[in-house]
Amino acid sequence: MATLDSKIPQGPLAQKWTKYKASVKQVNPANKKKLDIIVVGTGLSGAGAASALGELGYKVKNFCYQDSPRRAHSVAAQGGINAAKNYQNDGDSIYRLFYDMIKGGDYRAREANVYRAAEVSNQVIDHFTALGVPFARDYGGTLDTRSFGGVQVSRTFYAKGQTGQQCLLGCYSSLNRQIKKGNVVMYPRREMLDLVVIDGKARGIITRNLVTGEIERHSAHAVVLATGGYGTIYYLSTLAVNSNASAAWKAHKKGAFFANPSFIQIHPTCVPQLNQFQSKLTLMSESLRNDGRIWVPKEKNDPRTAASIPEEERDYYLERRYPAFGNLVPRDVASRAAKERCDAGYGVGKTGLAVYLDFRDAIKKQGKKTIENKYGNLFEMYKTITGYDPYEEPMMIYPAGHYTMGGLWVDYELMTTIPGLYAIGEANFSDHGANRLGASSLMQAAGDGYFILPNTICNYLADEIRVPTISTDHQEFADAEKTAVERLNKLLSINGSQTASSFHKRLGKIMWDHCGMTRNEEGLKKALVLIDELRKEFWSDLKVPGKISEVNQELEKAGRVADYLELASLLVTDAIDRRESCGAHFREEYQTTDGEALRNDAEFAYVAAWEYAGENKPHILHKEELKFEEVELKVRSYK
Amino acid sequence: MDLRLKIWRQKDAKSKGTFETYFMEEVSPEMSFLEMLDALNKKLIEEQKEPVAFDHDCREGICGSCGMYINGHPHGPVPAVTTCLLSMRYFRDGETIWIEPWRAKPFPVIRDLIVDRSAFDKIQTAGGFISVSTGGAPEANSIPVPKKDSDNAFDSSICIGCGACVAACKNASAMLFVSAKISQFALLPQGRIEAKDRVRAMVGKMDELGFGSCSNTGACEAECPKQIKLTNIARLNREYYKAY
Repeated sequence: MATLDSKIPQGPLAQKWTKYKASVKQVNPANKKKLDIIVVGTGLSGAGAASALGELGYKVKNFCYQDSPRRAHSVAAQGGINAAKNYQNDGDSIYRLFYDMIKGGDYRAREANVYRAAEVSNQVIDHFTALGVPFARDYGGTLDTRSFGGVQVSRTFYAKGQTGQQCLLGCYSSLNRQIKKGNVVMYPRREMLDLVVIDGKARGIITRNLVTGEIERHSAHAVVLATGGYGTIYYLSTLAVNSNASAAWKAHKKGAFFANPSFIQIHPTCVPQLNQFQSKLTLMSESLRNDGRIWVPKEKNDPRTAASIPEEERDYYLERRYPAFGNLVPRDVASRAAKERCDAGYGVGKTGLAVYLDFRDAIKKQGKKTIENKYGNLFEMYKTITGYDPYEEPMMIYPAGHYTMGGLWVDYELMTTIPGLYAIGEANFSDHGANRLGASSLMQAAGDGYFILPNTICNYLADEIRVPTISTDHQEFADAEKTAVERLNKLLSINGSQTASSFHKRLGKIMWDHCGMTRNEEGLKKALVLIDELRKEFWSDLKVPGKISEVNQELEKAGRVADYLELASLLVTDAIDRRESCGAHFREEYQTTDGEALRNDAEFAYVAAWEYAGENKPHILHKEELKFEEVELKVRSYK
Repeated sequence: MDLRLKIWRQKDAKSKGTFETYFMEEVSPEMSFLEMLDALNKKLIEEQKEPVAFDHDCREGICGSCGMYINGHPHGPVPAVTTCLLSMRYFRDGETIWIEPWRAKPFPVIRDLIVDRSAFDKIQTAGGFISVSTGGAPEANSIPVPKKDSDNAFDSSICIGCGACVAACKNASAMLFVSAKISQFALLPQGRIEAKDRVRAMVGKMDELGFGSCSNTGACEAECPKQIKLTNIARLNREYYKAY
């Protein structure tokens, strides 16, 4: 049975990464040219890794399902990217950023990884600035920052509400430079169907060309998954509608452990659902909480418009419950507080499932122009979607599924439990514990891709320099291809009556109702039964038109939904197993008298890493004990 | 509302395409245009027909995947909006809506409303970058940039690469797209160092790929969902003359 070795270097926390880099095995430049690396995904972590590995001289093959690497979903991140620059002289430091992340993650992340993420954050900002990312600047020409939830310093660099787009285009530009040099070969419109493992090592992938339908084999000395999160398991989420867990799930079934799958962030500020055909929920950046005040009427089911409710009849519930952080409490706290008010009957809007995010006071104090400068594009987007003008009346917002802290288990080197298979960015589990702080996903993804992976992968590749180019004629490639084709044929041959999306929608509802913002054992157990039933129905009544050998978007969807129907069971199992509340995982049975999360460090200060045991067999739980040497475990309070 | 849809159907690049007519009933004005097409596809599949293929992903107007001609306009009749954010409240009960793919020689149709925009990537690969390797960057505040320049660079940098400018242009010119990237880097001190090589390489690639010339009609600016300005093209021309 596999064991978990997190490979955390010895020595004081602040010196681990420096010491690691100084002692890690290297591959000389002449040998790098002989080594192939596959990178799946082109977001901040994927394009970052492909660029950095290309610069080092490795032969990189980079894949994405979109028509261009510039469309990876990092593009949609809005508010900003954190770094411990302390440009504001407000007492920030690498240690403070590290501490905020450990606390924000409710003490369920690995100290050494988090410290390293904070450490490389400053290099990430330097690198993006050099690549021409137009971050916001002050009049003196230096970079500006703003505040984000769960912290009391101003360390978030931003480019209006389009920071993710600007950072991603920076990555895309560095990727293009390597493509031009011939160090990276780009394979767009490809979907990974399986991982190929030879003699226990990751050696390649099977892909489907989404234009021709051709099934392809690609080999390499190492494989890097930068395939993002699985938030679309809720169907409605802030993610791109084609975002999926399939690559990670296939790797899991080939031996990569899946860690903390139930840790999913529900983002507090999203445009509420407007109609039953809705395909996604749009995020309104957390940065809006810098100036927007969240409130509901003090009266239940108040029929009045926002403007006609006088000040003393408004309940600014975050400011009331959490005076120290006010509207800038972390996301998990803000989301639950919104749900609590709405469930108690104070919600606003047609459905009662919304709260106000009000800029009236900020506009009065700072002027419309200033607010427009900070959030112009977000206000426009809100107006485009809803038809209402947030300069004139408060936004209506409600929480939605957003970011997955859980993901493939990785060690300090970002390697999964399959030798030679790495997971970076949102696809791994390591840095955000049970709750991610705002503006730290771009930071972690870029850090993983540009600065960490290129320095750790050489430790593995140093022993691979004698291995010639891997042939795709290996039996393992043929087997993996055969299995992939059989599955596609099976999906096509069911010939039932329901579309893949209609199953996805129903799965999303089960997950949202029973494994969303709050959870309890009874509901979770019910969800397991419902998911099983839905999975059976899927495999007997699915309808996929068309063929394999052509553009077939329904076939793509069906494959992703089939994987989600399996992942969903593991996610719920993990949520049942964790009999405590921590971060985004709120079990109703475990709460304080005033409704805050009640952690149980004595029994649950571990990473739950799940091993796939085979079809219809229960997953095996491995526990990686979290040792806190630097930080004292405390009750997380934002009061 | 009830709608009559005239949608371009084309099996692949080699096949001949044609408009097909579809009827949609009880479309909610709160749906987005793509959600309306989702509903049509669900109906088509349930009727054992082929669904309409179209590119889409983020559905919040930032990834640049979606794009189609709607009633003669790229991304439809509402200015500054991508197809995914176009609301059905802008259409009337009983209306006929014409839906076509981008039509430009460098963007061949892949299927139905999906076109191949890889020519855009090729232009960016030719020179759309600043040559700095990981680890070699100076401290971020060591190069101050005037706020005005930085803000202007940002305004050019927000292009989403959807291709509406090319589709809108009678010459299928990619000048607005290329000039946005040229401008972003030309306005920043980091980008000045390679400015001459960049503009030569990107314009050279654009011409080689068969995009047409700019005749200053301005349809690109009018139809751009991100409101990229024509002044970028003027800046590109200046940069180009300076490079020779």
